[in-house]
Amino acid sequence: MLIGPKTSDDAAVYKLSEELAIIQTLDFFPPMTDDPYLYGQIAAANSLSDIYAMGGKPILALNIVCFPSCLPIEMLEKILLGGASKVSEAGAVIAGGHSIVDDTPKYGLAVTGVGHPEKILSNSGACSGDLLILTKPLGTGIINIAGRGQLASEESIQAATKSMLELNRQAAEVMLQYPVNACTDITGFGLLGHALELALASRVSLEIWSNKIPLLPGVEELAAMGMIPAGAYQNRDYLKDKIAFPKESKAESKAILFDPQTSGGLLIAAPPASARFMLDKMQELSINAQIIGQVNDKNNDYTIKVV
Amino acid sequence: MSAMKKIDCRKMNCPQPVINTKQALDQISQGIVVSLVDNETAKENILLFAKNNGYITEVIPIANDYQITITKGASEEPEKKFNSIEASENVTGLVYLITSNFLGQGSPDLGEVLMSSMLVSINELNPAPRAILFINTGIMLTCHDSRNMDILKSLAGKGTEMISCGTCLDYYKLRENLKIGRIGNMLEINNLLVEADKVIGIP
Repeated sequence: MLIGPKTSDDAAVYKLSEELAIIQTLDFFPPMTDDPYLYGQIAAANSLSDIYAMGGKPILALNIVCFPSCLPIEMLEKILLGGASKVSEAGAVIAGGHSIVDDTPKYGLAVTGVGHPEKILSNSGACSGDLLILTKPLGTGIINIAGRGQLASEESIQAATKSMLELNRQAAEVMLQYPVNACTDITGFGLLGHALELALASRVSLEIWSNKIPLLPGVEELAAMGMIPAGAYQNRDYLKDKIAFPKESKAESKAILFDPQTSGGLLIAAPPASARFMLDKMQELSINAQIIGQVNDKNNDYTIKVV
Repeated sequence: MSAMKKIDCRKMNCPQPVINTKQALDQISQGIVVSLVDNETAKENILLFAKNNGYITEVIPIANDYQITITKGASEEPEKKFNSIEASENVTGLVYLITSNFLGQGSPDLGEVLMSSMLVSINELNPAPRAILFINTGIMLTCHDSRNMDILKSLAGKGTEMISCGTCLDYYKLRENLKIGRIGNMLEINNLLVEADKVIGIP
């Protein structure tokens, strides 16, 4: 076993031979949209992301389905078709799955990926001096809540949907062309939650440059209106002792950094030269990535400092 | 006019407590709204919303609930309008709401002709209206095989904003066919209606 539960990583990694490690992950969640096909696609992109965050390549996926008997079966069909489309875009295959009857629909995948044992990326390798790259804008949780209340603009909803649908495949492929020290993906614990896991596993501290963080359109206004999901507050309360914010920072700006993301981007720690090359390459491919901070030595006062 | 309103936002999912509180505050020019919520998230979100709009708040915990008293003062800054659209200078505050691709009841063929001639007449207004909002089958007028495209283009050239309802485009599976203007949601459409100097509805 190369990577197990101890370091709160994205997936388990098991070394099969000197050349081959398998990466195993599982993720599923309830719908965040009324469109079943879209839901299937987003849930699958989210499940596949963990393989990319480990530096691996997905090869095989199994459907995990909970579905109520009162809903039309065509809806389930669309969810599965949506999921299958993303799995096939990732170059992997769906080999089956398991479904049970439940009150609310839930969908996701158990994904198997492969990688070279020495090239597996954990969240525990970040070194002081590394720069941090985030490969997708933040704000899907906030826009989702605002959308439920009919308060998000079409522009915000479309940008959030596009971002959630995007596989982390391209970003991961660029990342693997350069030296990288650590990687994780941003999901339910928000940017700061996953950054904190990376910092603790790597025994370093992080400095996050809040003005550099890419945001989805309209997120700041919606956050200021109080469109903040419960998960963001839970993340904040759970993590607050380890994170130092500037005195003047507003509640809504903090909330965005704790906003739970669905199918979020990769957070990559790489040496400065490598990070800059990577960023140029990603931006050339229209990936909305930015360098959002740096890795420093361990600090006794805080694990993450937001500036 | 000062007012006092009490609203019960317990047993509601996010973001409904914020929306109900906002609506209650929007309905009064000044006064107090007391909002009762049963969870931390709703409390924090309402406080955040109130603070960012310059309202004064007070929270009193009552058993497992929170009673939030929000005071909307007379001297507050004009309320921030979210998602509202700036009017261009050369257009009036006139907004048309078109809810069908036919004008009037009766023969659809006649209705179609009447709608075209109505749009021609609107195009002759000077200054041009601020916006035309397309709802329900009205959205068929902004989609690609509309016979009225040239008139709408002429209006758009004069600064009239065309907004087609996104839910309606989806319902009629025409989102990909939208040829002019942009897609809007009900909040934007309602904001435009509320802010307009004059609204003309074309059923």
